Amino acid sequence: MGVMKRVSTIFRAKASKQLDRLEDPRETLDYSYQTQLELLQKVRRGVADVATSRKRVELQMNQLQQTADKLDRQARDSLAAGREDLAREALSRKAGAQSQLTDLQTQYASLQGEEEKLTAASQRLQAKVDAFRVRKETIKATYTAAEATTRINEVFTGISEEMSDVGLAVQRAEDKTEQMKARAGAIDELMASGALTDAIGPPPDDIQAELDRMGSSQGVDAELERMKAELAGGAAPKEIGSGQADSSVGQPGGTNLQKEQPGSGGA
Amino acid sequence: MIIRIMGEGQLKLDNSAVDELNKLDSDLEKAVEANDEAAFGSALQGLLAKARVLGVALPPDAIEPSELILPREDATIEEVRDLLADGGLIPG
Repeated sequence: MGVMKRVSTIFRAKASKQLDRLEDPRETLDYSYQTQLELLQKVRRGVADVATSRKRVELQMNQLQQTADKLDRQARDSLAAGREDLAREALSRKAGAQSQLTDLQTQYASLQGEEEKLTAASQRLQAKVDAFRVRKETIKATYTAAEATTRINEVFTGISEEMSDVGLAVQRAEDKTEQMKARAGAIDELMASGALTDAIGPPPDDIQAELDRMGSSQGVDAELERMKAELAGGAAPKEIGSGQADSSVGQPGGTNLQKEQPGSGGA
Repeated sequence: MIIRIMGEGQLKLDNSAVDELNKLDSDLEKAVEANDEAAFGSALQGLLAKARVLGVALPPDAIEPSELILPREDATIEEVRDLLADGGLIPG
């Protein structure tokens, strides 16, 4: 006996065990209908939970994309300022953010698939529950024990199979949503701490702080140069002198050499 | 004959189509027994693809038991084993 037949046999055995539990088949129908309504509620909650989870992932994807863009800009700015070390740092963090993003994109697609399937399952179940209610009333109205038992058996086994299938799907969706919640929480923490990539050192805010400092010191330098030029009554090129105050950045020598290249456009 | 693909719904298919499914199903069973993930994946996908081609969807309000039940498309070997052991079925 193959897999398909064995699974079907097990589903049937489970249904018939439930049927045997109650004496009056009509009770079975009413009881089953109650369980169907409960399951229907559960499936709808499941759909809503998956949707919430998917939206959260979507939000995080946007945040990560913004972070990656910001790190990219920071890398460019660093490079333009001759700070290859900072640019390298920013780019390596960008790679970290990007890999989280790729990961989330996969999760997103899988949640989307789950949501679609569960929505379809919920609609199928709704249609079956409605049909069941009608058949249940018909069977009860025309009830004669002998005849009813076979009809009830058929309809009960059918609905029970559907409920097992849908029940498993909901359970699965719940597990997935829980996993996603945990992941999303971890990523939120990472974002909040600023350390998007592990073990890479101080949070990215350091890069921004350093850039800001350089930016402001360059601004002061440029201002000074302009003033000097005004005082001298000439129009000296702005870039030339900007290297002179570079010692304030903390890296004399190397940076000075880079800064003195004409047309680097640092200011 | 009515079959179910778990997570997707039920399909109606000709009895002659079942022979084709049975062949693929025995590959699936062997893969589960041998615990061969790769063979399992391709056997399951092959089986489901065939069933979808040969079958016609049952109306959603039909309430009928299935002759055959196929695992859902992204099921793992363990999940199928659970199904076969009845451990995967939720009570109620």
